[in-house]
Amino acid sequence: MAHQHDVIVVGAGGSGLTSALYAAKGGADVAVVTKLYPTRSHTGAAQGGIGAALGNVEEDHWEWHMFDTIKGGDYLTDQDAAEIFAKEVIEAVIELEHMGLPFDRLPSGKIAQRRFGGHTKEYGKAAVHRAAHAADRTGHMILQTLYQQCVKHNLTFYNEFHVLDVILEDGVAKGLVAYELATGEIHTFKAKAIIIASGGYGRAWKVTSNAYTLTGDLQAILYRKGLPLEDMEFYQFHPTGLFPLGILLTEGARGEGGILRNDSGERFMERYAPTIKDLAPRDMVARAMYLEVREGRGVGPRKDHVLLDLTHLPPETIHKKLPDISEFAQIYLGVDPTKQPVPVMPTAHYAMGGIPTTLWGEVIADDSNTIIPGLYAAGEVACVSLHGANRLGTNSLGDLVVFGRRAGIAAAKFAKSAEFYDLSPEVSGPSRERVERLRNQSGKESVASLRTALQQTMQDYASVFRTEELLARGAEELKELFERYRYIGVQDKGERYNTELVEAIELGYLLEVSEATVHSALNRRESRGAHAREDYPERDDKNWLKHTLVFKQEGGKVCFRYKPVVLGKFEPKARTY
Amino acid sequence: MQVTLKILRYDPNGAAKPHWQTYQVESEPMDRVLDLLHKIKYFQDGTLAFRRSCGHGICGSDAMLINGRNRLACKALVKDLGPSITVEPIRGLPVKKDLVVDMDPFFDAYRAVKPYLINDEPPPERERLQSPEDREIFDASTKCILCAACTTSCPVFWVNGTYVGPAAIVQAHRFIFDSRDRGARERFQALGASTGVWRCRTAYNCTEACPREIPVTQAIEEVKRAILFDKF
Repeated sequence: MAHQHDVIVVGAGGSGLTSALYAAKGGADVAVVTKLYPTRSHTGAAQGGIGAALGNVEEDHWEWHMFDTIKGGDYLTDQDAAEIFAKEVIEAVIELEHMGLPFDRLPSGKIAQRRFGGHTKEYGKAAVHRAAHAADRTGHMILQTLYQQCVKHNLTFYNEFHVLDVILEDGVAKGLVAYELATGEIHTFKAKAIIIASGGYGRAWKVTSNAYTLTGDLQAILYRKGLPLEDMEFYQFHPTGLFPLGILLTEGARGEGGILRNDSGERFMERYAPTIKDLAPRDMVARAMYLEVREGRGVGPRKDHVLLDLTHLPPETIHKKLPDISEFAQIYLGVDPTKQPVPVMPTAHYAMGGIPTTLWGEVIADDSNTIIPGLYAAGEVACVSLHGANRLGTNSLGDLVVFGRRAGIAAAKFAKSAEFYDLSPEVSGPSRERVERLRNQSGKESVASLRTALQQTMQDYASVFRTEELLARGAEELKELFERYRYIGVQDKGERYNTELVEAIELGYLLEVSEATVHSALNRRESRGAHAREDYPERDDKNWLKHTLVFKQEGGKVCFRYKPVVLGKFEPKARTY
Repeated sequence: MQVTLKILRYDPNGAAKPHWQTYQVESEPMDRVLDLLHKIKYFQDGTLAFRRSCGHGICGSDAMLINGRNRLACKALVKDLGPSITVEPIRGLPVKKDLVVDMDPFFDAYRAVKPYLINDEPPPERERLQSPEDREIFDASTKCILCAACTTSCPVFWVNGTYVGPAAIVQAHRFIFDSRDRGARERFQALGASTGVWRCRTAYNCTEACPREIPVTQAIEEVKRAILFDKF
């Protein structure tokens, strides 16, 4: 079946819905194509808050937020993006409130704010109350509120449609090919502008906070076409994943006063970040936890994790401000956090890297910032680059609404003066072939076994600490996994709700983004933010203060180009907290 | 331990009628039912269809009838269910395949209650003010993840699918009792109609089924009272 819309958004999470609303406001006929049902997207799992210098609890300024974001990103953050972000996220939070988002309130009636990792006052002096929150379900409330607005404005949704291809001809984006889960039918979509907002790829790792569905689909689709991905070596491990499942426990727990402890009960973060301690940025906390375990100070019979201690907090604080994470600890571990500390270890959480874009979400094709007309990206799938080498907590939600809005505005404006392109009937051919081949081939490799092997490879060779040797082994294993992927087979040969087939397709995407990640990590011989190379432990601004662009050439060879970091008023300095 | 999983399977386009299929799965007490479904799908029978996404009770994809009660498969643990577990699709919505149901009627009911803030007054430059006490009144209703566990456990909904159902009423409650909202009367049209709140017979199934521990029946009663006493 064929469809056409002025603007088509891929993904119905925070950035997708924000950009859809803004594109519609700009007068465009908008449709959202999502592989899930609306409100199922993983924005809903974000917990702690959305950082904005509202100054409701104490003095705060967007310049402080801008500085924290840049320092948190270990100076790989583009400073123009950070400035726009820190300013615009204030109005974005106010706008969410006007849309009806039920933020928690202060006695004054204003939006309540809490402390969060790496967010400070006066350029690093002490932690600041900046994260606007709705208990520990802020992401859930953002997703619900944005979807409510989509209902109000009657936007069109194609639910449970998996994008198989982005049609790019002559350097211009013309449409999409998608697979409808309910029928197995292949659809083509013509669009004047496409906004990619399909989220991250945490499922490449064994232990992750991410949904099963976060498999890097659109990153991989563009990467296969020879387009670049930016800064893929920078992948965030959130310190407090519920051990051993990896389910997220918000940093807001430490924002409310929670403390990380090792086997002797020591508050070990005092040694690593004497000023802000447990509220140091995530990359530093995750490394500290790994070091504690490595040096034999881990907890449990295998000494393989540490503890998040909330027992000194009033039970009422936990019940009111952290109800969901208390429930997770209770259900999945049988631990009552008001009485017992909670076992935690870092969990694969967030891609700082992704599809390179301009400040208006326009997708960039190369190292000279050539724009692909009609193609936009926003949110975790994109790299603008706001988060640099390490994202601060709460800045993902801010990113979604600030850069989702910009992409929506820009796409609608572009669509106004653009025409639809005619698509040849063969345009869906390669996708159709790929689906049919996967469905019908009787390969001996199982999708689940191969995916498990991939996740173990990424966990072992490309997680918190990295070395040349580990990464090279990871690259070798990936090569084998790619080879085995050619021989996968699915049991389900049906047309309708063939989720097994969909998982086989998704595994192919995971392999691509894993390759981009491992090779980028192997290539960058320094330590910066979330990319910690034990063989190159220092940050090397002379050689590496630049963004990686990783490309896959025809024949599969991986190669690199670079883009300068946009610097500004904050000179790169040593990063201590 | 070995767990016996009995799953109600059905493909409306196939020849077979709905039928039970039994699987033996090796599992740990702390495994989620979702883990068992994955083990079956990945290593025994790739044709089994079910929805899931976040895997920890936040996205609302995997509501199912498990041992006779609506639950999320990702929040139901083997240790609480025992070695013999039955899984069926949630009731009252058309089955598309196995545990996958058509969610469109559910979302139609959601839309009918105008589930968005209605307030045409020009907003202030900064946030609208709301006291913590006013915010608290509708707190529980904001937890709803639209999983449909409540609506599809309601005997009134089973008999008459035109009833908007508990989930839609919870969504309406979330706005009616929000001090910033001005749309109560608009919503009362849908809620006061013959397919609205008066269909509720306070069976409390919805409250028991809610995986977010929202006092659903109480919310419905509060909406009834608001309409009855013309509170807004």
